[in-house]
Amino acid sequence: MENELFQKMAQSVLDGDSDAASALAKEAVDAGIDPLEAITKGFVTGVNQVGESFASGQAFLPELVMAGEAMKAAVATLEPEMQKRGVHRTMLGKVVLATVEGDIHEIGKSLVGTMLSASGFQVYDLGVDVPAARIIAKVKEVDANIVGLSALLTTTMVKQKEVIDELDKLGLRKQVKVMVGGAPVTRDWVQKIEADGYSEDAIGAVAVAKQVLGL
Amino acid sequence: MIRPKVELLDIDLVNQIISEGIAILENPGIRVHNQEALEILANAGAKVDFQAQVAWIPEKITRQALKTVPHEFTLFDLNGNPTVHYSGDKIHFDPGSGGLTIIDSQTERPRLPLTNDLIKFVKLVETLPQIDAQSTAFVCSDVTPEIGDLYRLYLALIYMNKPIITGAFRKDTWWTMKEMLSAVAGGDKALALRPTAIFDVCPSPPLLWSDTTCQNLIDCARFSIPAQLISMPLAGATAPVTLAGAVVQHTAESLSGVVIHQLVKEGAPIVWGGSPAIFDMREGSTPMGAVETWMINSACVQIGKALGLPTHVYMGMSDTKIIDAQCGLESMGSNFVAAVSGANMISGCGMLDLESCLSFEKLVIDAEMIGMVKRFVKGIEVRDNPIALSLMQKYGRKGEFLTLPHTRKWYREEQYLPSDVIDRASYEGWKSRGEKSTFERARDRVEKLISSYQPTKITKELRQELRAITLRAGQSFGMQSLPPLPHGD
Repeated sequence: MENELFQKMAQSVLDGDSDAASALAKEAVDAGIDPLEAITKGFVTGVNQVGESFASGQAFLPELVMAGEAMKAAVATLEPEMQKRGVHRTMLGKVVLATVEGDIHEIGKSLVGTMLSASGFQVYDLGVDVPAARIIAKVKEVDANIVGLSALLTTTMVKQKEVIDELDKLGLRKQVKVMVGGAPVTRDWVQKIEADGYSEDAIGAVAVAKQVLGL
Repeated sequence: MIRPKVELLDIDLVNQIISEGIAILENPGIRVHNQEALEILANAGAKVDFQAQVAWIPEKITRQALKTVPHEFTLFDLNGNPTVHYSGDKIHFDPGSGGLTIIDSQTERPRLPLTNDLIKFVKLVETLPQIDAQSTAFVCSDVTPEIGDLYRLYLALIYMNKPIITGAFRKDTWWTMKEMLSAVAGGDKALALRPTAIFDVCPSPPLLWSDTTCQNLIDCARFSIPAQLISMPLAGATAPVTLAGAVVQHTAESLSGVVIHQLVKEGAPIVWGGSPAIFDMREGSTPMGAVETWMINSACVQIGKALGLPTHVYMGMSDTKIIDAQCGLESMGSNFVAAVSGANMISGCGMLDLESCLSFEKLVIDAEMIGMVKRFVKGIEVRDNPIALSLMQKYGRKGEFLTLPHTRKWYREEQYLPSDVIDRASYEGWKSRGEKSTFERARDRVEKLISSYQPTKITKELRQELRAITLRAGQSFGMQSLPPLPHGD
């Protein structure tokens, strides 16, 4: 009975069906199933399968993103029950994500957010055109492990450096890893601004995030 | 919805070309180096000179043949599924055939092909969804030349499921090939009912039917095995240099084939096909990548359609010797023209070097082109009504279309998703994947596809029967044993 439910949960993620995922999460709560088990044995297996299909060229970005959305919907439904039980999902880390000031490009950054959160990171997505001060305030507020900075323009790319310099000034640079991304970002640039990690696409970003945290 | 289509001839020109083609069969007539065909033509009322082996075919006979010829037919795969529809503007692709060499994947230079090369080629075609049919792509150099044609078919039948475009080099080997096809289909009747193969039959330009091909044509008709006319005027050498003139000659030669074929058996399936080309005035070669070659082919298809016949072309090829930019540009241009001309079967993918050489790598690159041109001819469809108004009103300000079920529902229909032969990565992504060229990516893909090949359902008994038929044929030409197949296949 439980196994059947877990399978349905995985399937709802494979289908990218947020409504179904949410309904199944509620069903689990009503049946008294441990919400953490629902996540790890149910929804996460779906996320992993979509990830594998993507890697082998069977699935594409829409499946991947919608799987992430379904996962998010399920977790949101399970959240009150987890609080009630006083349990926490063990997250891989906290990530503050933003597209830097002056830049309004969202897709790449959002994709990274979806992938990270589907993979078990706690993601705080600040959106686009975010000034350095706001990013740093959020890093401090949530005690982030990683800050992810997106820039799609060569003209706004310098803002990535500005955030790093600012973190340095405040003495926060050691406790938070910086990942950068965006079309103009190259390995040379990453070295120059002394960022910790970089990936050319959203899928690679998950591996990089794990790597910079030594997971 | 508009299906993208190109027609190079206006209706008056179509009619004139057809009437000149018909008139050519009356005078100067057609040379037929086959006794049986001459008798058939004479019995039907054509004036025949048996000594000179010439037949003058009156318009009435030609018109009658055009009345009985089928407008469409279907080829079946070896599981009995109808998969290739010679009908309307439906397009299908199969590899070029009759190649003499294969590009060696390591040296990137041509060499003589062996049994294992053809097995690999057949397997590769099976794994490429863009390609609709097999062809007996090249002749293996490790068997005696007399069984070169049937040995190709034997190997293909062991490893294929898709229908096949083939052809015989001799009169007697046609019968061996028919025996094989019949064994696979479960008898001659079953083969006629659900044909799995089609035989190319090639008149010689200008206006000549050789004994061999003419007999193949007659035998195909008799057994209702589809025949595909491959008229190949060479504009400026064996045909008039004008493009329209070459089309007239193609029309005359093809009409003569239809007449002989329908006189043998009314209603037997036959295809208006060909491999016309211009003659290159500098090299003296037959450039398949020339724009005028594409134009002649496109016009020939238009004539075939005007006459109500299923159509075929040899296109999608390049004249280059290696997989380079010329290879890409000629193959793509040619594939595009063929597709928008609506040729039912487009033979040529994987082929280069003036129709003489095949390449595994070119085949997988061409498969991507075919995926693209098939997408193109599907045109732009209306999926929702209103098209986007409601969607934009609901989500238009957010720009998160990637997360919408609407995107997931339609993207696979709307977009052709190429394999990683086509590079669309960021510069850094390309670098991290090894900075590979198209050829290198294609070579990787060939190996990946070959390892994904699944054996067909062919039984051990049938495999043994086909091998016995092939061995008997080989022995009759002094070849005592056949090259071994891998894993005792």
